[in-house]
Amino acid sequence: MTTTRRDFLTAVAATAGAAMTPDLSKAHQHEYDHQAVPSDPALRVKALESLLVEKGLVDRVALDALVDAYEHKIGPRNGARVVARAWSDPAYKQRLLSDADAAIAEMGYGGLQGEHMVVVENSAKVHNLVVCTLCSCYPWPVLGLPPVWYKSAPYRSRAVIDPRGVLREFGVELPEGVAVRVWDSTAELRYLVLPERPAGAEGMSEEALAVFVTRDSMVGVAKVTLQKVGSAA
Amino acid sequence: MNGVHDMGGMHGMGPIVEEKNEPVFHHEWEGRIFAMNRAMGAWRKWNLDASRHSKELIPPAEYLRMSYYERWVAGLVELIVQSGLMTRAEIESGVPAAGSVKAVPALTVDKAVALVAKGVPASRNVNVVARFQVGQRVRARNINPVGHTRLPRYARGKLGTIDRDHGVFVFPDTNAHFLGEKPQHVYSVRFAARELWGDQAAPQDSVYVDTWDVYLEPA
Repeated sequence: MTTTRRDFLTAVAATAGAAMTPDLSKAHQHEYDHQAVPSDPALRVKALESLLVEKGLVDRVALDALVDAYEHKIGPRNGARVVARAWSDPAYKQRLLSDADAAIAEMGYGGLQGEHMVVVENSAKVHNLVVCTLCSCYPWPVLGLPPVWYKSAPYRSRAVIDPRGVLREFGVELPEGVAVRVWDSTAELRYLVLPERPAGAEGMSEEALAVFVTRDSMVGVAKVTLQKVGSAA
Repeated sequence: MNGVHDMGGMHGMGPIVEEKNEPVFHHEWEGRIFAMNRAMGAWRKWNLDASRHSKELIPPAEYLRMSYYERWVAGLVELIVQSGLMTRAEIESGVPAAGSVKAVPALTVDKAVALVAKGVPASRNVNVVARFQVGQRVRARNINPVGHTRLPRYARGKLGTIDRDHGVFVFPDTNAHFLGEKPQHVYSVRFAARELWGDQAAPQDSVYVDTWDVYLEPA
């Protein structure tokens, strides 16, 4: 496997390198590949897409549609509406906690990487935190694609061994009386945290509440406060 | 495999850096490789588990140096070559092999929209006996397979309790290697943080790991 992988990376480096520096000799390419491989993914991806299109293996319009869906249509506003409804409608909240797939579908959300949802509820006694230590599993239909920090080595390595330290870095200090539950998304279940409803939100409409529900609060690295209006996170 | 991707509990990876107002994709190519992974998956030459494993096989130093979507590029190229959809020579040269026939894309726009909306369930509606019941004490087996597995190292050999039974799902350890789906129950197993990490962990904290039936043994 190592040989195959090395050959592949050398080949890719040669391709990328050739495009940038056509006069590079074969011998130099081999030494060069450690820098060349990560240096120009834009070129490599462009070349790969052109080839796949030329071979009839992908349809460019389908690729455009996929990019558009995750850039413009699917994101944490979906999850925020689910949370705000759960805060406003006790019967909905019960359905959400007992059969998340059906309750989220009621709101019109579902699909890729949200086929099997679980919602975990924060309270004065319990704080939930979601991670994927093995890769980057994340509930796309309600939160969109994950941010870089969620997929990064620092978060993936520490969330399970030092969740209180991680939370502190995000500005959340938990008292000893609160139990932390970390959910490692090792299978096809995808987790959404139902944050605590902030104090002072009595009488607010679902739509008004949803504005305050951040992505981070639904991953479990933040609490919902009434100060964070308009934050993109 | 005991690869660097299995990061739970490691030290020294540095601070968590949160980017304010982060874009979905930082560069156009990230969106393109994301979409190409989905579109090429529609050929059904591989599955999600094989796709995950293709990234785990990136040598550790390179895995850590690469950005997230650079791993997607490397993984996709490997899958394409291994499945025979394209040759390495074609990818190297950027030119289709002489005499190769143009295919009709497997993923059309309509199918892409349906894929996003409906997803690809990994559950299976088959009758498989659950070997464990909610509330039962279990031990995660001490396994060290060289292939794909979803039992993280930090949980192996540790004692836990079945918190819930999620139902029957495809088994990644075989599916990633095209050795069958071997559907079986997946349980959420609660491990006390102190069972995993010792006295440095808070006594009231816990980690829940979604665990396939064969990863477990009665405690």
